[in-house]
Amino acid sequence: MAVVFEKPKSLTDTVFHYCPGCTHGIVHRLVAETMDELGIEGKAIGIAPVGCSVLAYNYFACDMIEAAHGRAPAVATGVKRALPDRVVFTYQGDGDLASIGLCETVSAACRGENITVIFINNAIYGMTGGQMAPTSLIGQVTQTSPYGRDPKTQGYPIRICELLSTLEAPAYLERVTVNSVKNVKNAKKAIKKAFQNQIDGKGFSLVEVLSSCPTNWGKTPQKALEWIDEAMIPQYPLGVYRDKEAE
Amino acid sequence: MKEKVLMKGNEAIAEAAILAGCRHYFGYPITPQTEVAAYMAKKMPKIGGTFLQAESEIAAINMVYGVASTGKPAMTSSSSPGIALKCEGISYLAGADLPAFIVNVQRGGPGLGGIQPSQSDYFLATRGPGHGDFHVLVFAPASVQEMADLTGRALHLAWRYRMPAMLLADGTMGQMMEPVALPDECQAFGSDNPWAATGTECRRPHNIINSLELAPEKLEQSNFARFERYAEIEKTETAWEEYRMEDAEICIVSYGITARISRNAIVEARKEGIKVGMIRPITLWPFPKAPLLAAAEKVDSFLCVEMNMGQMKEDVELAVRCRKPVDLCCRVGGMIPTPDEVLAHIRKLAEGGNK
Repeated sequence: MAVVFEKPKSLTDTVFHYCPGCTHGIVHRLVAETMDELGIEGKAIGIAPVGCSVLAYNYFACDMIEAAHGRAPAVATGVKRALPDRVVFTYQGDGDLASIGLCETVSAACRGENITVIFINNAIYGMTGGQMAPTSLIGQVTQTSPYGRDPKTQGYPIRICELLSTLEAPAYLERVTVNSVKNVKNAKKAIKKAFQNQIDGKGFSLVEVLSSCPTNWGKTPQKALEWIDEAMIPQYPLGVYRDKEAE
Repeated sequence: MKEKVLMKGNEAIAEAAILAGCRHYFGYPITPQTEVAAYMAKKMPKIGGTFLQAESEIAAINMVYGVASTGKPAMTSSSSPGIALKCEGISYLAGADLPAFIVNVQRGGPGLGGIQPSQSDYFLATRGPGHGDFHVLVFAPASVQEMADLTGRALHLAWRYRMPAMLLADGTMGQMMEPVALPDECQAFGSDNPWAATGTECRRPHNIINSLELAPEKLEQSNFARFERYAEIEKTETAWEEYRMEDAEICIVSYGITARISRNAIVEARKEGIKVGMIRPITLWPFPKAPLLAAAEKVDSFLCVEMNMGQMKEDVELAVRCRKPVDLCCRVGGMIPTPDEVLAHIRKLAEGGNK
């Protein structure tokens, strides 16, 4: 019998803990497929964040390091400086990367650290039960914005790709999503490019993935995917924000 | 005899760390330790090492965490307010059983405090600098020579026991110049670290560097295991120096710069016929409890001389189990006690002023 579909070698057999309809699983798979295709599973070192993907270290088959909340880019910097020939990536959510770790994110990008950052933006703190994130939308109801995010007291959602695109150093910044087959294919292309860039020594690459959180958005998985189109993409337009290669 | 070079304490730390095999330094400017960073900035690029000025103290300790995860030696240095920021990372290092070398050239606090010397981070260092149950090895140098020697020792013990080690110096030790016989270059760090995250090469299951354990029964076991290791370290790595203790009736307990000041006071007091000696802890954790308890059988009283409000005094009282009175001679906020102040205190005790 011909094998037509299989689990990437870069994923372990551990069962994901993610909620039904959560897109973390898709992004994990895309990262793992990328590692398989580039043949880097044996030389990759991943840094897991604090948040829903805190247990990512159990799922990726490469060596993994668990970082403190928001500090993954600093940890990745240390790893990459110690082992420049390894492929170092961080996998971080919006609370981790865009709130508590914003300083580490901007600074690693500014230094042009030759690392790959996978940034999951689902506009909410998932692991702690659905609190307002720096990327939560205006009017979005969460546990800590029960009357909807009010810009007068809670500010505006932060756009990471746009913010980082003001910096000189980053090699590659792209925002993608995974709410349709077409978008998943695009996301895969972006993730692969972000890893290839590192292998080629091009410097800091970040892929922002608009993701769904049906549980904490209070939507069915299907409605959650639709909400990405209706509400998230207007706030966070998809596209390439920096590509030094193309410039 | 080995040739001596005149060096600042902070520079001696940097050079000794390099000689001990450390090739990765991450720091952030703060007085009075910036010479460590400046020295590293000059030297590391020339020897193929890493000097990186991090965006914050927090980032610096996490960069150390990153290097340590690969099994290679790494260090950071700071002063009191910066060390407070590093506590998050130190706790994670301890929780992930990672080695690291951290230098604290203390200054007066709390808050922004001042930039003059202090020993007021004694509690912070010896109680486990960060959240959770843990210890770090704490070394208290009392000369520029010891700044160099204890740097090498701290680095190697941190890697031997896979735990963070802190050199707890102060602004005086950091800034003063003395002749130093630099230690020999050594490459004692093995490259074989089966636990490290270096890439599987598809030849072994993946390694995970981690402090998260959601099952309480397992987390409890890992805490127990860590403290079993600590108990071993207390037995084997406790270091102290005794001075004129053979017939002492008063025992000074002091470390770092105040130990040197106390030594001068002891010399003067001895001229007056006062039988006073000193136990100088070289490791603050593990703390030299046994020699203090033994001394409690012989001396009439203890006198702690330190530049804080009596933080070590609590450890001395615990160590001697309150068998003898323990008094305190201290200056704080960046003030340094003079030998005369210590001498006056010794005289008071000799006259029975403590009773």
